[in-house]
Amino acid sequence: MLNVSDLHVSVNGKEILKGLTLEVKAGEVHAIMGPNGSGKSTLVGVLAGRPGYEVTAGTVQFKGQDLLSLETEERAREGVFLAFQYPVEIPGVSNMEFLRAAVEAVRGHRQQAPLSAPEFMKLARQTCTELDLDPSFLKRGVNEGFSGGEKKRNEILQMSLLEPALALLDETDSGLDIDALQVVAQGVNRLRSPERAVVMVTHYQRLLNHVVPDQVHVLAEGRIVRSGGRELALELEEKGYGWLTGETA
Amino acid sequence: MTDQNSALEQLVQQRYEAGWVTDIETESLPPGLTEDTVRFISAKKGEPDWLLAWRLQALARWREMGEPSWAHLDYPPIDYQGISYYSAPKSPGDGPKSLDEVDPELLRTYEKLGIPLHEQQMLAGVAVDAVFDSVSVVTTFKKQLAEAGVIFCPISEAVRDHPELVQKYLGTVVPARDNFFAALNSAVFSDGSFVYVPKGVRCPMELSTYFRINAANTGQFERTLIVADEGSHVSYLEGCTAPQRDENQLHAAVVELVALGDAQIKYSTVQNWYPGDEQGRGGIYNFVTKRGLCAGARAKISWTQVETGSAITWKYPSVVLRGDQSVGEFYSVALTRGRQQADTGTKMIHIGKDTKSTIVSKGISAVRSNNSYRGLVRIAPSADGARNHTQCDSLLIGDQCGAHTFPYIESRNPSAIVEHEATTSTVSDEQLFLCQQRGLDAEKAVSMIVNGFCKEVFRELPMEFAVEAGKLLEVSLEGAVG
Repeated sequence: MLNVSDLHVSVNGKEILKGLTLEVKAGEVHAIMGPNGSGKSTLVGVLAGRPGYEVTAGTVQFKGQDLLSLETEERAREGVFLAFQYPVEIPGVSNMEFLRAAVEAVRGHRQQAPLSAPEFMKLARQTCTELDLDPSFLKRGVNEGFSGGEKKRNEILQMSLLEPALALLDETDSGLDIDALQVVAQGVNRLRSPERAVVMVTHYQRLLNHVVPDQVHVLAEGRIVRSGGRELALELEEKGYGWLTGETA
Repeated sequence: MTDQNSALEQLVQQRYEAGWVTDIETESLPPGLTEDTVRFISAKKGEPDWLLAWRLQALARWREMGEPSWAHLDYPPIDYQGISYYSAPKSPGDGPKSLDEVDPELLRTYEKLGIPLHEQQMLAGVAVDAVFDSVSVVTTFKKQLAEAGVIFCPISEAVRDHPELVQKYLGTVVPARDNFFAALNSAVFSDGSFVYVPKGVRCPMELSTYFRINAANTGQFERTLIVADEGSHVSYLEGCTAPQRDENQLHAAVVELVALGDAQIKYSTVQNWYPGDEQGRGGIYNFVTKRGLCAGARAKISWTQVETGSAITWKYPSVVLRGDQSVGEFYSVALTRGRQQADTGTKMIHIGKDTKSTIVSKGISAVRSNNSYRGLVRIAPSADGARNHTQCDSLLIGDQCGAHTFPYIESRNPSAIVEHEATTSTVSDEQLFLCQQRGLDAEKAVSMIVNGFCKEVFRELPMEFAVEAGKLLEVSLEGAVG
């Protein structure tokens, strides 16, 4: 599904990722952990096509294609989804309108017939119910006046409707109460299937109690310094990152 | 950062779809403005003496006045003697009696603009007056309107057929001496629409005038007068386009609305005059005076405008709230791009007791354009319990454009409540990225963000116009993005 090989990325001339290699197979869930400033957000940002990054070396293959050669919207249509750490507001544009345009763009690319307005509304409402979200969510402006938790839930709603092949979650669990955390976990677990993969950036092992990862990676100073199973996260919780970053120094 | 800017600039590159010229034989006056010009126009229309005298007086006033310079606009001096003040499609005799006599080339012009003038093809429920350069070429659905007692015709015809109404109201809301451009218009106006809705009548359809400037070096000076008698209702739509030319063209219109007691007038404009090219060559200079008078108690006048065209826009649709409990509203979207400049807003003059006004202004500036909101809220000592709420939002696209707000509040009554809110925001890289990350291309994303920003105004437009306005914004923001 995703093959990142020796990736070097700079922001404003400063190298953030320094030769990162990662393989994610279809059906897998990977968790990326690591200290602040280690390059976690940069990794998912560069994969999703966020502007402002310069790839100086390395390759990224996604479903056999050169991901980095695709425009941001092409990556999205191919099935790369980023759940934002700080979702932005789009005043006056209703969630329903926004979701419909997004679903149409993705379905059109997959050569699926467009959904009629009632079909789409039904699907959207149903998805809200499954995620335990109030359907009034759909009528509100995109993230307009949403609390932090509501914004994150809204990201999960978008992810659920777009059914991406590769979901990237950038600290979606940060700052959430336990109910909102459940929604996020449920959204990710719903998406889990042999055809899809998930990469979750997180600071906390508590999300991993609800979404059990196949692999846990520790990112430090722009490289993956340790990979392991679920138990690595527990070890990190206990010992912190010092013993690992010390290794690389 | 520069990359992002040039991408945004490309996004909002100029595209103007109504920029072609109709090849038609016209009768035009040579450039220049003298008393003879005014006499020629008046004679051409077969006007009564009182109107000629009114025009000549306006000309005399105009000659004493100077062009206003207080607006946040920058343009080279206009040579008022270099403009032709009359141009009309040549037609035999008195002009067409019915659609069959209208030059087919003209009908094709309006059809191409999406305004079919054959009644059977028309949007159901919209009557159209089509004004081409200086004259009205056709008015549709006249018979059906007459049955309801509604008069809807070119103002030149109203002068002939309903002189008492025209004489009673013409210049009562915008006097000839009001301002430089209004005085000029009063002297040389050639056509425009006239509407009278009798007491208690709800006009059975939307009325619409479609203005087209075609001839080169010609000014368009139309004059519209709408009178809603007691307890009547009317909704009026106005659309405008012009060909793409390298020279600037002057448009100085006057619109007067009179709402008597309990009457309601809703006036909507989608203005898409040619804006000029990216270097600022050509385009319409749009200097327009629009004002409504709520003459009786509980009258209501509502202006809604979507301004996307013109090189220069100088326009402040206003309401004088004289009747007690009368209501004035102003909803505006003004989009400027390229080198366009807009200085637009409104005036709400509260005189009656418990009068209420609402102002919602949305300015969008892109590329190297300048967009100014200028609004006056005046509360007279007599206006006990007057209320105003103003909301003024600016959206910037790119970092070389400007948004300016000039609110003036003059309150002379301590019981009045006046509120003003203003915001400035940008189409941010993060919003664009969110949309693109969800699969939308950049063009669609910008148009969605801008449409969302304008939502409060668009929902005030009649349905067909709301759709047109949305499309117009999309086209205006469209560019060749790879």
